[in-house]
Parts: sequence; C-alpha cells; structure tokens
Amino acid sequence: MSVQITVNINGEDVTREEEPRKLLVHFIRETPGLTGTHWGCDTSNCGACVVLMDGKPVKSCTVLAAMAQGHQIRTVESLERDGRLDPVQQGFHELHALQCGFCTPGMMMTARALLDANPDPSEAEIRTAISGGICRCTGYKNIVAAIRWAAEHPATVEQEA
Amino acid sequence: MQTPAPFEYERATSLAGAIAALKAAGAEARVIAGGHSLLPMMKLRLASPERLIDINDLESDLAYIREQQGEIRIGALTRHAELLDSELLAEHFPVFRDAEEVIADPVVRNRGTIGGSLCQADPGEDLSAVCAALKAHVVLQGPSGERIVAMREFQLGPYVTVVAPDEILTEVRIRTSPGAGSAYEKVERRAGDFAIGAAAAALEIEGGTIAAAGVALSALAPTTIEITRAEELLRGARPSEELFEQAGGIASEDCAPMADGRGPVDYKRHLAGVLTKRALRRAAARALQTEA
Repeated sequence: MSVQITVNINGEDVTREEEPRKLLVHFIRETPGLTGTHWGCDTSNCGACVVLMDGKPVKSCTVLAAMAQGHQIRTVESLERDGRLDPVQQGFHELHALQCGFCTPGMMMTARALLDANPDPSEAEIRTAISGGICRCTGYKNIVAAIRWAAEHPATVEQEA
Repeated sequence: MQTPAPFEYERATSLAGAIAALKAAGAEARVIAGGHSLLPMMKLRLASPERLIDINDLESDLAYIREQQGEIRIGALTRHAELLDSELLAEHFPVFRDAEEVIADPVVRNRGTIGGSLCQADPGEDLSAVCAALKAHVVLQGPSGERIVAMREFQLGPYVTVVAPDEILTEVRIRTSPGAGSAYEKVERRAGDFAIGAAAAALEIEGGTIAAAGVALSALAPTTIEITRAEELLRGARPSEELFEQAGGIASEDCAPMADGRGPVDYKRHLAGVLTKRALRRAAARALQTEA
C-alpha cells in the first residue's frame, strides 16, 4: 500500500506516493537530477550512500524514506553552488582524491559534516570520520589530504551556515 | 537490491501512543528507532514485521544520559554517538566508551540506539555484555505500567528478550558507586565488525578488596553470557595478576562459543580467557586510578 511521503532534499520538498518500505537512498536516486548519491553495498558497510540528515551523516540505505519525512536531507548535489565548488570538492580535485569515483559522494558528504563540526581536524580525526566509507582505489591517503586541503581553504567558496 | 517485505508504517507522537499502537497491532508489529539492526534483518527477510512504529520523534522524552537517585539513567533512544561522547558516562562507566569506540563506524553510530541494541539481543552485540557486566536494569513500559528487569534476566535466547509485544524498553539504569572501574576488550576481524569475542568487566574496589565484580562476554555463547564463577572468585579477593589469570581461565572454561567464519572453538575459548584478564586488569587500574 502506497502512502504519500515528503522528504526535504537540498532545501526543496519532494513528494511522491511510495510504499513505506522505500529506502531513502532509492527515494533520492529516483528523484530527477539526484543520482549523485550512490547505492553500494546495501548493508550499511560501504558508505557510498551517505547523505546528511539534519547535518549529520547517515547511511541512506539503512533509513526508510518515511523516516526522513520532516528532516532536512542534503546530498552531494548541494555542495556546488552557482557553479562554484565546495572546498571539499575543490580539494578532491586538487589532490586527486578519487579514481573510479564510486565512494566519492559519500566521502565528500562525510567530509562536509566533519568540517562543519570541526573546521580544523587532525589527520587522525579525518581518518576516524571517514572510517564508515570504503574506497578501493586511493588507499585513502589522497582523500585525507583533500579534506585537510578543504580545511585550509575554507574561504574559497561562500558556504551557508 | 535488498528490499524489506511490505509493511505498514506509523509514527508515534507520544510514548503512550506508541504503546497503544503496539497493543492494537498485536504480535506482528515492531518498534523502529535507529533501524540499523532491524532494517538489515528485514532486508534479508529474517524479520518481516507487518507494522513498524517509528519512535524517533520521541527524542525529547527518550534520549538522555543523566545522574539520578544514585544511578546513571540512559534513555532508550540515546544514540551510540551520544554514548561515546558523554563525559558523565565516561566518568562513571568508562566501559561504555571502550565499547562505543569499536561499535560499527561513526556514521552508523549517528543512528543506532542503546535500546535497539539491547532489544535486538544479537549474541555478538557489545552493549548487552557491557550492561550485563555492570548489572544494569532496564525499564519496560507497557499498557499496564512499567516493570524493571535485571539485564541478566533480559535475554531469553539469541535475538529473543523478555520484552512483550506491547512493551517498549524506555530506560537503562546503572547504580553508581565510588571505587568503581570498568573496561571492555574486543577482538574483531576488521575495524567496526561484530566481535570474534569480547569481554566486559566491572569491579568495585573498597579498601584494597574487590567488593563487587561483573564479567560478561559477547559473541562467545549463544547469548550474552555472564561468568558467575569468575565473579564469585573475584568477590572478596585482592586484585592481582594471578587472580585475573584465574578468572580468565574460568571464562575460557565457562563460555560456549561456536565455530564459524570468525574462528574455531579452541581459539575463541583462548580469546575469552585473554580478553577477560585484560578487561579485569584495566577495570582494576581504573578503580584504583592507577591506569597508565
């Protein structure tokens, strides 16, 4: 039986008739223009599906869309604003922090939440923060460096509070 | 794609409303909080509840860690991240921080709750052993009021607890005491995985003598298991390496591990002994404030 579910994604309400069993990751990805959130292991291990829920990173494969109603969801598409990259995106670009790109949206959203809470994280803090994400290409070194780069270049883009 | 079987969903707006909804729905309804145990079970079709009662909107009532009447009281909807960060909890029961640092990963810890972890009653779950070692009690609320159950009487079997279909676990209570020390030791295949084996230890040391002791193991029996013979040995004794070695020996004998992908029985019995000894050693050092 379908019910009406409204989820606020990147500041806009998205309303659809869905079964309650619809997972948030699929609700997001089936919204036109929002396939940046990746659907990976489906078992809350890999972190490719990480989005922010009220500013905190969550694995959207293990949240029901219905449970996200009334909460603010932020996906990777919200990072770039008016054609200008978020410092996290710029850092990934500058320091070559991705190869295949599959883990990247989850890594970047986790990094964004980390920097919002802790603008000057140590390497150890960065490594702990991204430990819920699996990258099979980079060996993490460049991802950690990219997040440090973003921490050191916060003013390159104006960010909303 | 992993998709749960169909179910109906409703959001509770009050605790009384959630209990009424459970009562109305019968035995096929389940409470969902963080969802990080239940949804994976539902995706694998190991659980197929017909109705989910979402209690996440009850955070103002059920998410807290506070000191009250000589106890630390933890609301069931308190998330792992909050348990890890709580200075109050770390001060009284550092075993929680030990365990939380190795439960899943920071993103999962933003969702999973203590109430959900205990009610899932996974034999390899960490907080059940922590609460058993601390001799915690849990508050269960149902249509006819509340009852308080000792953690050691809470699990009936793997994934089965005393919680009735129309009851909700609302709070965990742990008595505080001066001279208390506690610790958790876990061995896992990879960071954030379920334990191959883990030991929780809690000691109260008064005048150089162990006044009270709790030892519980995770993943080393079909349920969380308390090592009562070791607790009896420890009580009234003076803490020493030899004593903790002996207690570890008992844990090794009294645990009941099964061979699986995480290791054979003899290895797991060995782990039970070593981890019990290490947990007791750290718990004692913390009780005596001599931790390095």
